[in-house]
Amino acid sequence: MFNEPLFHLGQYINMMRLVISRPNRFSMFWKELVRQMYDIGIGSLLIVALICIFIGAVTAIQFNYQLDGTLVPKYYIGYIVRDITLIEMAPTVTCLVLAGKVGSNMASELGGMRQKEHIDAMDIMGVNTYNFLIGPKVLGGILVIPMLVTVGAAISILGGYLASVPTGMLSADQYIQGLNSFFIPFNVILMLIKAVVFSYILTSVSCYQGYYVKGGSIELGKASTRAVVISDILILVADYILALLLATK
Amino acid sequence: MIKAINIKKSFGENVVLKGITTTFLAGKCNLIIGRSGAGKTVLLKSLVGLVKPEQGEIWFDKTNLLSLNKLETRKLRNLMGMLFQGSALFDSMTVEENIRFPLDMFTTMTYKEKLARVNECLERVDLSGKNKLYPSELSGGMQKRVGIARAIVLRPQYLFCDEPNSGLDPKTSILIDQLIYSITQERMITTVINTHDMNSVMEIGDSINYIENGLLAWHGGKENVLDSDNESLQNFIFASPFLKKLRARAEK
Repeated sequence: MFNEPLFHLGQYINMMRLVISRPNRFSMFWKELVRQMYDIGIGSLLIVALICIFIGAVTAIQFNYQLDGTLVPKYYIGYIVRDITLIEMAPTVTCLVLAGKVGSNMASELGGMRQKEHIDAMDIMGVNTYNFLIGPKVLGGILVIPMLVTVGAAISILGGYLASVPTGMLSADQYIQGLNSFFIPFNVILMLIKAVVFSYILTSVSCYQGYYVKGGSIELGKASTRAVVISDILILVADYILALLLATK
Repeated sequence: MIKAINIKKSFGENVVLKGITTTFLAGKCNLIIGRSGAGKTVLLKSLVGLVKPEQGEIWFDKTNLLSLNKLETRKLRNLMGMLFQGSALFDSMTVEENIRFPLDMFTTMTYKEKLARVNECLERVDLSGKNKLYPSELSGGMQKRVGIARAIVLRPQYLFCDEPNSGLDPKTSILIDQLIYSITQERMITTVINTHDMNSVMEIGDSINYIENGLLAWHGGKENVLDSDNESLQNFIFASPFLKKLRARAEK
């Protein structure tokens, strides 16, 4: 029953051990890293912006609905949008979405290379394929996804503003007062820690699924789906653990 | 020279290689032939280290591949080139980028030097001027030739070819065979070719290894393959009814 999960865990640890070995040539690694950073960052900016603007907007509207008839001041909307965005929505939802977009893309790319014998061809040349093919993807994700999450958080707060101020829910001054209230700088650090951990999970798990794919196009499709599902589950588990470790008093 | 000693490999309960011992000579085209499922590809992949045998030794001159760690294996692989059955060209790279890739990865040559080497290899496989084409813009035969160019760009000592003629018409097959043969001789490479093309056997088979049911059933050269008394080999060679008729007529 536990044989298969243990086998995959062992294979995953071995893979990551080889990923962090010395590159064959740093210039080639750097070139690939820049390509990955561009693909992940620029390629995902629009979807992240779109999701985050609605997260902020919906949070503002729903909190306003909950505040209706209570004595809680209206400016709390800005405060809640800011903290929910920083602590939970921006890192978690963005990374869940990126697991679907970036993760499945990585799994398909590596799986396709495996099936077309491109990885074997590189292996025969003497290329450290773990380091050259997986390393830039994981490192690129760890470097770029926290930036995306930060941009996403800013857009989410803007989304909250657009949903509440022009509609007359509250004034601009009230919203900004809310943003400035009870600010804990550690929440920004928490957001970035979550983003780094989640980006490592989603890139490494997806690369693992793609690199070790066996069979034909059906198996490749399944590997791509598995990459997303397993990444999403592990991100949620990691989110819980990080909340326990870093956000409990 | 490559020496395989008592190579055994199984996948689950399916025993594919049952203890093969053979030698592949330098400067010669060494063929591995046999029916589909005989274990040819597994033997070839074992020789290059893509498949790890459960037992045996694989000596590349004085180095046993199976006793090396990952780093040492990678260093040995710098001396190998391989032509894959489907060519395995990187489809998002041009012909030039494909051939230059090993140079980018393993040499400190300048761009000019690399380009000169790429053009030299392209000229050798008769594809001069095709630098900027993508693999999808090439015919099957041209893809194989680019694959050969990429395999020899680092000037390897060992060249492996997995079914170099599959999917090619007879005329192009002969051209590919002649190309591999001449490169082998002029560079004194140890070439190992996995094939079931009888034209290749008769044209370039300096040393032929006939594999049957995971065992080496016959070993010899193209000059004595037709006269061998191995019944299974004879059935393999004269599998086509046309060849059987020709043989019967010749015997008459």
